[in-house]
Amino acid sequence: MEATIAPQHDEHATTTGLDHRKMLMWTFLGSDCLFFGSLIATYLIYRGQSIQGPFPYEVFDIPYTSVSAFVLLMSSLTMVLALSAIQRGDQRNFRIWVIATAVLGSVFLGGQVYEFTLFVSEGLTVKTNLFGTTFFVLTGFHGVHVTIGVFMLLSLVGASFAGKVKQHQSINVELIGLYWHFVDIVWIVIFTVVYLVEAPAIEAAKAAVGH
Amino acid sequence: MSHVSEHDSSHPSPSRYVGIALILAVITGIEVWIVYQSFLRDIMVPLLLVLSIGKFVLVVMYFMHLKFDHKLFSILFVGGFVLTIGVLTALFALFGRVYFA
Amino acid sequence: MATGTRTGGILARPTSMEGVWGWVTTVDAKRIGMMYITTSILFFLWGGIQALVVRTQLSYPGAEFVSPDTYNSMFTMHALTMIFLAIMPMSVGFFNLIVPLQIGARDVAFPRMNALSYWVYLFGGLLLSMGWLFGEAASSGWFAYAPLTESAYAADRGMDFYVLGLLVLGVSSMAGAFNFIVTIINLRAPGLTWFKLPVFVWMTFITSILLVTAFPVITVALIELMFDRYLGANFFVAAQGGDPLLWQHLFWVFGHPEVYILILPAMGIVSEVLPTFARKPLFGYPVIVFSGIIIGVMGWMVWSHHMFTVGLGTVAVGVFTVTTMLIAVPTGVKVFSWMATMWKGSIALTTANLYAIGFIALFVIGGLSGVSHSMSSSDFQQQDTYYVVAHIHYVLFGGSIMALFSGLYYWFPKFTGRMMNERYGKIQFFLLFIGMNIAFGPMHWVGMDGMPRRIYTYTSNMGWDFWNMVSTLGAFLLGFSILLLLHNLVRSFKKGEIADADPWDGRTLEWSIPSPVPHYNFARIPNVVSRDDWWARKYVTGEDGVTHPIPQGGAYAENEEDVDVHSIHLPDPSYWPLVTAIGLALMGGGVVFHLAISIVGALIMLVGIYGWAFEPVNEPDEEHEEHEEQVIN
Repeated sequence: MEATIAPQHDEHATTTGLDHRKMLMWTFLGSDCLFFGSLIATYLIYRGQSIQGPFPYEVFDIPYTSVSAFVLLMSSLTMVLALSAIQRGDQRNFRIWVIATAVLGSVFLGGQVYEFTLFVSEGLTVKTNLFGTTFFVLTGFHGVHVTIGVFMLLSLVGASFAGKVKQHQSINVELIGLYWHFVDIVWIVIFTVVYLVEAPAIEAAKAAVGH
Repeated sequence: MSHVSEHDSSHPSPSRYVGIALILAVITGIEVWIVYQSFLRDIMVPLLLVLSIGKFVLVVMYFMHLKFDHKLFSILFVGGFVLTIGVLTALFALFGRVYFA
Repeated sequence: MATGTRTGGILARPTSMEGVWGWVTTVDAKRIGMMYITTSILFFLWGGIQALVVRTQLSYPGAEFVSPDTYNSMFTMHALTMIFLAIMPMSVGFFNLIVPLQIGARDVAFPRMNALSYWVYLFGGLLLSMGWLFGEAASSGWFAYAPLTESAYAADRGMDFYVLGLLVLGVSSMAGAFNFIVTIINLRAPGLTWFKLPVFVWMTFITSILLVTAFPVITVALIELMFDRYLGANFFVAAQGGDPLLWQHLFWVFGHPEVYILILPAMGIVSEVLPTFARKPLFGYPVIVFSGIIIGVMGWMVWSHHMFTVGLGTVAVGVFTVTTMLIAVPTGVKVFSWMATMWKGSIALTTANLYAIGFIALFVIGGLSGVSHSMSSSDFQQQDTYYVVAHIHYVLFGGSIMALFSGLYYWFPKFTGRMMNERYGKIQFFLLFIGMNIAFGPMHWVGMDGMPRRIYTYTSNMGWDFWNMVSTLGAFLLGFSILLLLHNLVRSFKKGEIADADPWDGRTLEWSIPSPVPHYNFARIPNVVSRDDWWARKYVTGEDGVTHPIPQGGAYAENEEDVDVHSIHLPDPSYWPLVTAIGLALMGGGVVFHLAISIVGALIMLVGIYGWAFEPVNEPDEEHEEHEEQVIN
């Protein structure tokens, strides 16, 4: 049985009855679509245009990246469970789930860092070719977004321990959650259009080498 | 003027959220499976797009709560999203290349 | 106003609005608006000086007034200054001054973010312009086509100031735009539905949507160029397969909505001024609003008309020709509506109105040259000639600037409590109008005659000598008229005739409150009943079409004096926006100069953001139970 959701602290009245900050966050996320869209457009426009390798099929490890995609998806779950908890006034579970989200986000980032260093050791840098350039910049900026998200989550944990996160102010958690989920859905897109579509080429290359 | 309120008629329960997360995990698994099936090669890209859109929509509607919130939020977000798709489509047409060959 | 200070954050939140510190920590949209306008006027003068240098260099063949490199920087920086540091901020200044008043609000939705927008603009503008100090101002044109802007070809730091300056300015523009989107949706007075909003508010709204959608695209383009220049990336490196067209597309996907960002606020201003001085409602209000929306949407479908000559292929060129021609339709509709507004009106030829009417005439001329550009076949001849320069200046000077100056004359009394000198204003207007046409008119035929853009000089046998000299003389006359405008502004500010609340017998809410505007804006938030609500309170138009003043009309409530204005709760001042802005500016500047500066900047910005997020709110103790309030806005 769900505890009743407490009404939010009464901010100044608004014309629509909707919170200013939530409106701001959704508008921001709408505009961030264009940011990532432009980076993804650049990646896809240059796909297959690199003059020399390494090429995607030589470096991508789909199973590995699938795991990190799964990790980020699960972090969205823990985030929404955290929100659910604070809306019910459950500080303890709220903290657990926020920490879990930050941990999962950090695991994702760690996975990215590992993947990047692996690629670099295999000769792929931002300078190498169009693939290196577009790949590192696109996923790098996504990683920056995740990092900012982790910072916000850790701040949230800190604020919670300082007694500053109240049930009737759960909107703050909601806002951070929205940002976090957005970063997740961007990865859903990147995982598909950058990684998964290269699987046939990876298989073909393996077959050619006689695996 | 209306006062800001947490008015939502329905909040999915935690178990519902877990259920959706499970669906997301399963879809991801299916996607990874699909790309290794040569018999699906010809329709791989459309299939992946549909499945990814499915995941996208689930996260936005449920985790981001857009399904239950005021329509205005949907307009603000979907507007930006639709514009992005439009610009990308135009750019791909202008560069005249097939991207998923 | 605030009675107490709570310490809950690191330092006490300021309370005073006095003195310089009061301005530095202000979150009041009116003060922020005045800072925007003042700063934008100063940058406008700077951009004008750069223009006069360009014109002097071109005044006769073979001139050597400045070196070729300096010349390239002059026209590049002139454009950047005028677009990003003059026109856009002046428009935003008006958004700040006027929108809260026209919607019956006390401030914008996010007052501190509003302050941030201003400070980031100031610092970003300085960063963008800073190259001059080092003799390394950007010189690759304002549109900075790659690969000319790659390190190999633009080796000095000019492009670095460009990239970082614009990235920082983008933050300012977007923050401001987000603020106005939420404000207009969420802070309208009771009864003020969308189709009762003044057109200026509508145009602000549409412009803000364009800003938040277009700027991310140029942000990506700039980031890509930055990675090429600093980290050896290959986005635009031909040898690695990089495509110059990618830059052009990304730039113009931003660039075309940008020009609507430049003109829509102007159209909004004119839509306020004309009805007031015709003593008639705006003709075709719904049509004007829908046209604005359509222009905003279609503005996304035309960008490649800037690229007709690069080899896009017939289909692409054909499509963009059609879309560009179509976008002339809603624009034309607005022009007809404005003219119909004036038709049979009781016209008062105040300076503000002269500017607005002048706007219509000159913008139409600019629009006509635009239509000839829209036809790709004629554009093939016009591209990169002075014909385009003529078009640009008729729409941006004859259009945007004229309307912004109209706004200055129109709203000056409201914010300063004094009238600008009308006689002086009219002289100034006519000199400007004449100078403007002499300067830019000849560019049409000189361009048709083949004179290319962005050339340092030309030879005498081209037949361009006479008109270039004429153009230069016109430019100097124009410059002189601007000095007169400045003089009128300063003089009127100090000793202009005292203005009352409603000197023009206006139609919209800002005229219902005192001049200058009290810091709380409205003693009592009005309940809005109709479009042009203030006019409707003052006058009623009978069946016979005759308008009568309403006795005792012109007030929103009886006994307004009874309101205890000291109990009106306004947002507290704050220094965190300034701190955050400094951090952001240092982050940007450090990339150009030394990474250590960026790191320091990032830390300052982090401190700024945390300070902001956890800043206590000054509350009069009796009114709220909850004191430990974090307002993250």
